[in-house]
Amino acid sequence: MRKNVGALYAFPIGLWITLFFVVPISVIVLYSFMAKGLYGGVVFRFSLDAYRELFNAALLHTALTTFLLAAVSTLLTLVLALPAAYYIARSRFRNTLLLLIIIPFWTNFLIRIYAWIAILGNNGFLNALLLRSGITHGYAHFLYNRYAVVIVLMYTYLPYAILPLYSAIEKFDFSLLEAARDLGATRTQAVFRVLLPNIKAGITTAVLFTFIPAFGQYAVPQLVGGRDSFMLGTVIARELTVSRNWPLASAIAAALTVMTTLSVLAFMRLNRSAGELIRESVP
Amino acid sequence: MKGCRVTVERVTKSFGSFRALREVSFSIQKGEFFSLLGPSGCGKTTLLRLIAGFDDPTAGDIRLDDASVVALPSNERHVNTVFQSYALFPHLSVYENVAFPLRLKKIPEGAIRVKVGEYLAMVRLEEHRDKFPARLSGGQKQRVAIARALINEPEVLLLDEPLAALDAKLRQHMLIELDTIHDTVGITFIYVTHDQQEAISVSDRVAVMNEGAVLQIGTPREIYESPADLFVARFIGETNIIEGRVTSTAGSRAAVDVPGIGTVTVESAKPLRPGNVVSLTVRPEKLVVSREKADLTGDDMICVQGIVEEIIYTGFLSKYFIKVGETTLRVFRQHANHQAAGGRAITWRDPVYLGWHAGDAYVVEVRGS
Repeated sequence: MRKNVGALYAFPIGLWITLFFVVPISVIVLYSFMAKGLYGGVVFRFSLDAYRELFNAALLHTALTTFLLAAVSTLLTLVLALPAAYYIARSRFRNTLLLLIIIPFWTNFLIRIYAWIAILGNNGFLNALLLRSGITHGYAHFLYNRYAVVIVLMYTYLPYAILPLYSAIEKFDFSLLEAARDLGATRTQAVFRVLLPNIKAGITTAVLFTFIPAFGQYAVPQLVGGRDSFMLGTVIARELTVSRNWPLASAIAAALTVMTTLSVLAFMRLNRSAGELIRESVP
Repeated sequence: MKGCRVTVERVTKSFGSFRALREVSFSIQKGEFFSLLGPSGCGKTTLLRLIAGFDDPTAGDIRLDDASVVALPSNERHVNTVFQSYALFPHLSVYENVAFPLRLKKIPEGAIRVKVGEYLAMVRLEEHRDKFPARLSGGQKQRVAIARALINEPEVLLLDEPLAALDAKLRQHMLIELDTIHDTVGITFIYVTHDQQEAISVSDRVAVMNEGAVLQIGTPREIYESPADLFVARFIGETNIIEGRVTSTAGSRAAVDVPGIGTVTVESAKPLRPGNVVSLTVRPEKLVVSREKADLTGDDMICVQGIVEEIIYTGFLSKYFIKVGETTLRVFRQHANHQAAGGRAITWRDPVYLGWHAGDAYVVEVRGS
């Protein structure tokens, strides 16, 4: 009898994931059930203190903010990425355009955020432009609020949304749009009833690739956010490094993982009937 | 008769410097089964796309009955298309594909169910209604595409090489089915194909196209029996082209001297004068071949001598390639039970006699004077 060697091929990545994902996650979950050490670290004694602290108004508010910022960024990213991906897929210069989408990855992520600070800051490019042209008098405060966070999150995840959408649209048979028009659909109807349902897989991937990392973001709210845009990632970092409350930081991290998983599952569930939804909700 | 007249008037379509259509004009009758026939790249599909509204003509006008449709987007034309690739919506079932145009019109669910059922019955797909396109055979996809295109009750149905993706047997079958559907719905059909066999077997009239122009419009019999030029003569079926010079005329008759063959008599509706250079076409099935000259005598019978070069057996007939002088003439001969005249079948290298009736040689082109 022939043995299935597939499992063997998967062994290296299995080992990798066990070492660098399963083990750390387990440690975090374990720490979240420990007592807090006086100067950081944990005392190896079972305690639910961290989870008791978890349910306070400020933290719940931060969780809600995190969800909203991630959701709004995801939605706006999708709205921007769809037409861009469509255009690239239909363009003769698709390879060049795809390269242009990927080029920002050649620069360090933090440097790109600082570039945004240089653009949006009080002495930044945008303010200089507005002042010079006389549209504003005095600085407009673009930075250190939730709008800045959404803008930079969108910027960060746009390529991750465009690429899966592009590959879905690129495989789409465009004569289907002509068929839809031929059968009486307006341009909008053709897009909503034929294009979108047929690139559903690409849309799902784009949403997951944007929402999941945005939900756990730490650097963006830290660098361009303000008091209205604390995100769970920021709070975890603060508890870990400033308050040195490791069990609480671990508990928040665990909660964040659970929330992300639940959001994704809910989205996938919704997505299954997305075809129906789109058909009902559109003219 | 339902459907509407389709008038194409001096339509030109350019893609950059390439002229896909050059001042094409014709008119299609109500309820007619009209074919656009030509080799690939002749502009027939471009013309179909202009009528459907997927592209705009560079110049000229397209009218349904008397109303110009050039300015209308495709969803506002009473024209539907059966695409070569079928273009079925992969995310919808057979039922939903056919119901698609009705759902756009916000027709009540009950009415949709009745009508879709009716059209699925017409194309005999009731038991496949819940399948998705990926699970259908080529012929089934084809029938879904037809039902979907007809359910809007268009005035004109456009068919873009609808049978090209099917195998030969199925193609024959679908052709008969299309003919039946045309009789049932009674609307105007415009059928694009590169297959002359398909075009002449179902069409009321055929337009033969080449290089962006219409060369001839006529009934299948007209384009087969009296082709407008050498291209049409060669494109429709197989034929023998013979060139010669007119030596004398008498009424509609003329004597033509063909190098290597001799003098042949032709009947022509076109005026001929001595000295004209003419191209004749004689269909291979109209030639008679025999080893005995006696078999080929009779009034107006033209008889030449040749040698059998090649015989191709195709089942219901054999194709003989016979060298006469410098030219090779082809003869199709259907098999009879006792076909061997004189006891022995014609074979390779046999000296034979070839004959045809003067009226069967058609003068395609006349040049010079």
